[in-house]
Parts: sequence; structure tokens; C-alpha cells
Amino acid sequence: MNDASPPLMKPPLPRILADRPEKMAARGVNIHYGDKHAIKDLSITIPDRAVSAFIGPSGCGKSTFLRALNRMNDTIPSCRMTGAITLDGRNINDPDVDPVQLRSHVGMVFQKPNPFPKSIFENVAYGPRIHGLCASKAELEQRVEESLKKAGLFGEVKDRLHQPGTGLSGGQQQRLCIARAIAVNPEVILMDEPCSALDPIATARIEELIDELRQNFCIVIVTHSMQQAARVSQLTAFFHLGTLVEFGDTDKIFTAPTDQRTQDYITGRYG
Amino acid sequence: MSSLNAQNPTLRRRRAAEARFRRYGAAALALTSLFLAFLIIDIVGKGWPAFVEHRVELPVTLDSRKLAEKNYDGLIKDAIFARFPEAQSRGQRKAVLALFSHSAEQALAAQLAEAPAAAGQTVKAEVLLSDTADLHLKGLSHLADPAAIDALTARLPVTAHFSWRFFSHGDSREAEEAGIRGALIGSLLTVAVALGLGLIFGVAAAIYLEEFAPKNRLTDIIEVNINNLAAVPSIIFGLLGLAVFLNAFGLPRSSPLVGGLVLSLLVLPTIIIAARAALKAVPPSIKEAALGVGASEHQAVFHHVLPLALPGILTGAILGMARAFGETAPLLMIGMVAFIADVPGSISDAATVLPVQIYLWSDLPELAFRSKTAAAIMVLIAVLFAANALAIYLRNRFERRW
Repeated sequence: MNDASPPLMKPPLPRILADRPEKMAARGVNIHYGDKHAIKDLSITIPDRAVSAFIGPSGCGKSTFLRALNRMNDTIPSCRMTGAITLDGRNINDPDVDPVQLRSHVGMVFQKPNPFPKSIFENVAYGPRIHGLCASKAELEQRVEESLKKAGLFGEVKDRLHQPGTGLSGGQQQRLCIARAIAVNPEVILMDEPCSALDPIATARIEELIDELRQNFCIVIVTHSMQQAARVSQLTAFFHLGTLVEFGDTDKIFTAPTDQRTQDYITGRYG
Repeated sequence: MSSLNAQNPTLRRRRAAEARFRRYGAAALALTSLFLAFLIIDIVGKGWPAFVEHRVELPVTLDSRKLAEKNYDGLIKDAIFARFPEAQSRGQRKAVLALFSHSAEQALAAQLAEAPAAAGQTVKAEVLLSDTADLHLKGLSHLADPAAIDALTARLPVTAHFSWRFFSHGDSREAEEAGIRGALIGSLLTVAVALGLGLIFGVAAAIYLEEFAPKNRLTDIIEVNINNLAAVPSIIFGLLGLAVFLNAFGLPRSSPLVGGLVLSLLVLPTIIIAARAALKAVPPSIKEAALGVGASEHQAVFHHVLPLALPGILTGAILGMARAFGETAPLLMIGMVAFIADVPGSISDAATVLPVQIYLWSDLPELAFRSKTAAAIMVLIAVLFAANALAIYLRNRFERRW
């Protein structure tokens, strides 16, 4: 599906990216939902070990593009994509790339906390188990503990690992979902408005967590909150009507955007 | 503030409309309750005599020659006539014999096989009274000539018992001996076959259609036709079963196997529709979560979606089973309507089912079969209530909130 697209120029990297290794990149990506042209000729380079935030008004295509990064759009029959998305230079839409394998490298955290209606332990253990990452039970237990620690949840749940994950508070559930994503050792974590269903205190905890996780992962976060983007991200991409308007240092985007549309959005003209 | 308590005509009309609506609702509810109460009272009132039987303890003197010949009929008759010395004419003797069930000789044979007695001894045989004598004692219909029964009650101890026979015997031409065991076992075997096949194919079809099938014109047509299939009159399925399973495949006629196959076709759409609804009710976020950690589509469905949908699927299956249990028409087509006295031992034996047994009994002229019919209806309704109660229990027990 990508062979037809013409050879594309690499988009110029924002200044700050120059010293950061590239993790994922998109070249001339177009996504259609049935008749709707959701993403129009989008190119972007996402660096490793940094938080990249996607902002923009509702329906601008930022979530659609995020879901293209781990081929979650494959599950939507009417969704078609052209162009190339690469992970470490490898096209993720190549026929010999298995979406199931891809998703263990590119994990995802969703808008609404969606723990499985199983125990906290089982929630985290599920990923390692289906991928056969742990040889023994002890190893699995250790990995669950580590993942929960990385997600900053272990202290709160260590006495009730075998109680249902759905019994936790909203913020804890979302951290459980992050632990579940971390447990399969991904390289990239995609977060689709992870705090939109949480209260400010839970949001603050998740934001702290994201900041810690950036030491080890490439994080892409879609958010509706410009303050959140400003707080957690090093890079910000502004989407508008299916196109990427501007991508660069978060500081620069919020203080001196080059595009008039970005300026209008961050000053609250629309969105 | 005058508008707060003013009785304007619009408000009054709205109140009246609401009160009227409530009255209609209450009236409808009262009417249905009345019908239900009437139905239950009528059936229980007609059916209770079938659960009671009268027996008499008859002293039987074992004549050596008749015992050697195993002429149990003769032994019983001798014992009876010994108690009715005045019955000399053929007519009188016939009237006396008509008080006792024909099952007496088999009962005596069984009793002697269990506890052998020597010739010349007198054993006490529990003899069942005939349906007409039984009805007379229950006060339901009176014998034309009550002299014989009055003499019997005066001379021998006649006692009423709970009729386990009704549950332990198959059908019989003699009303006092007829029981529902054959029909009940036939029903259970038939429904087991129907539910086994219906559940396997129904759930498989539902999972495929809901989770894997591409959404296109073909699957739309299949979906519409599954709904159509649920509305097809059941007798059509009976004819299909007759043509396919009996005539084309040559499977045994009147057997629970064929009955179950036909009923599985009948409940398949019900199960598919219920299972699809249950699968659809599982939030898509659960499936997305599984896909997000790298589960395959198949793993996401079988590890997460299906277990969550299972209570709903089971509820649908039990309701489908309840429908199969009460189904009559298609089974008439495949020959499960014959008189079958033996209790079926396997799914390939000839059998009948409970609703068909009710249909058969309701057609018989003997008065005693009227109460048997009502009693069989009571058993059928009890089984259906139990199935529905189980469905509700399962739903409440395993229903998860997320």
C-alpha cells in the first residue's frame, strides 16, 4: 500500500531534535475513514526518550494519527492509509511486519482507564504471558512488581495484588494501564488523552509519571489541555484539519509560534 | 408567586392524563395477574388428583399349583374373590375385578421375586386400585354401581398415597399406571442434544459474525436472515427435519437425536441473537486494551471478550432451551407423537417429550387422563420456571460491572 507513494523528503527536524535520535517517523501519510480524509500528507519525526505532545482542536486527526503509529486503525474496516510510518527506520506497514508484534514494541494507553475486569496482578501479567516473556512464575511476579513500581503504583497496591483492578480509583486505574503497557517492554508508549477522565490530583500524578518514563521510553501523548502539553512535553505538534501545522520545541510553540493558526489556537481563538 | 399554586386548565389536563395512564397500567397488570392466577388455580385444581393414588392391602394365599405355574393373575383373582364371596354372576365378578388395576399381577410377581414365599403361605400384596375406583374415592366421578367399592372399603384397608408412580413410570394405556418418566427423560435427552448443538454452533456463529466477519453486503444479508429464521413457524423446522434427517440421512424415527437436531435448528437463531447482543455489550475498550498490549484478535476475543459475554450467552441459551422444552409442533412431524411405554435409554431410542405427552393425554377419553394432563402441565411449567430462575441467577451471579 505504500509502494505507490512517491519518494519523499525527510521533514526538517526541529532544532532540539538535532541531538536526539529518531524513533518514529511518518512520511507523506494520508488516512481516510470511508469518504473522510482524516490525515492529509503528514510528515513528522518523533525523537526517542522525549515526550512529544499532539495538540489541536477536536476532530483535527491527532488521535487518528496516534492510532496509526501502532496500527490500531487496522481494526477499523473503513480506515485506509497511504504513506510510510517507520519505527527505527523500519516501515511498520510492511507486509512482513505483524501488527501484534508491532504493538508489543509500541504500547498504548487509552483515554478512559480500561483495566481488564481481573485482578491487578493479572492485568499486568497478561502482556508478558501472551508474549512468553517470562520463563517462570517467579520471573513473572518480579516483572509485574517492577512494572507496577515504574508506574508508581506498587506501594498503593502491594497488599491487594489479587483484588480486581476495576476496584481502584480512576487515577490508579490509569496508572495500572500504564504498568500493563510497560510490562511488555515497549520502546514507544502512545497515550491518547490519558488524563481526560481524571481529577487534577490524579492528573498531576500521571504527569509526574510521564516525566519519569521519558528517561526510558519514547512517549507520544495526545492532549486537549494546552497546559498539560506545556507541562509534560519537550516537543509539541499542532494539528489542524488533518494537517500538521507546526512541530517544534514546546517552549517555542507556546511562546513564539511561527504559524498564525497555532497562534490563534494557543491564544484561545478557537478549539 | 401566584403562578405556583394556580390551578390552570393545562396543568389539570396534564395531571388527569398522568392519572389515567397509571390506571390503565394498573388495570392491565391486574388483568394479567388474574389470568395467571386463574390458569394456575385451574391447572392445580385439575392436576392434584394425579399425584395421589389409592392402594389396598390384599392378603394373597399362595396356591401351590398356581405359584408353580407363575399364574400370578390367578392368585390375585382368587384373593379378590375370596373377599367377595357374594359375587357369583359374571357381571358381578366383572364389577369387582374392575376395582383393581391390571398392574396387580406384575406387582405381586415383583414382590415374590424380591421376597420369595413358600406355597400355602399368605402374603400381603399392595394392590393399586383402578382409575375408576380411584376417581370414585377422590369424589371426582361416581361409579354407576357403588356397591362393590363400598364393600371393598368396608372389608379391606384402602389407603391414599403420594403417587411416585407418576414420576417413575412411562406412559400406559391404563390411566392409573401412566406416568411421565418416559416423556420427561425424552424431553431431557432431546433438549440436551438441542442445547449442545445449538450452543456450539450458535456461539461460534455469533463470535464470528460479531468479532471477525467483514462488514459487507453478504454479512448484512446473513444477519437479516438469522432474524428471519427466528420468526419461522416451528412446524416448518419439523418438516425440514422430516425431509433431511429422516428421509435423506435415515436417522432413527421418533428419537431424541432427531428431535434434538430439529430443535437445535429452532433455537439456533435465538442463541445467535442473544450471544451477539452479549458480545456487543462488552465495552470495546476491553478489546482495545488487549490489542494494545499486543494480543492477537483471536486472543483478545477468547481471553477477554468471551468470558465477559458468557453470562449473557448462557442466559440466552437457557431461554432458548426453555423454548425447546415447550416445543411440540416440529416433534409431531418427526414421529415423536407415538404411544411409547418404555423409558428411553439413549438418544436413538424411540421417545416422546413432555409437551407431546400432554397433547396425547389431552386427547384420551378416560377421565383419569384429564388430571394426568393437568399434572404433566404442572411439571412442564415447573421445569420452565426452574430454567428461567437459573437464567436470572446466572445473570445476577456473573454479571460484571465495569
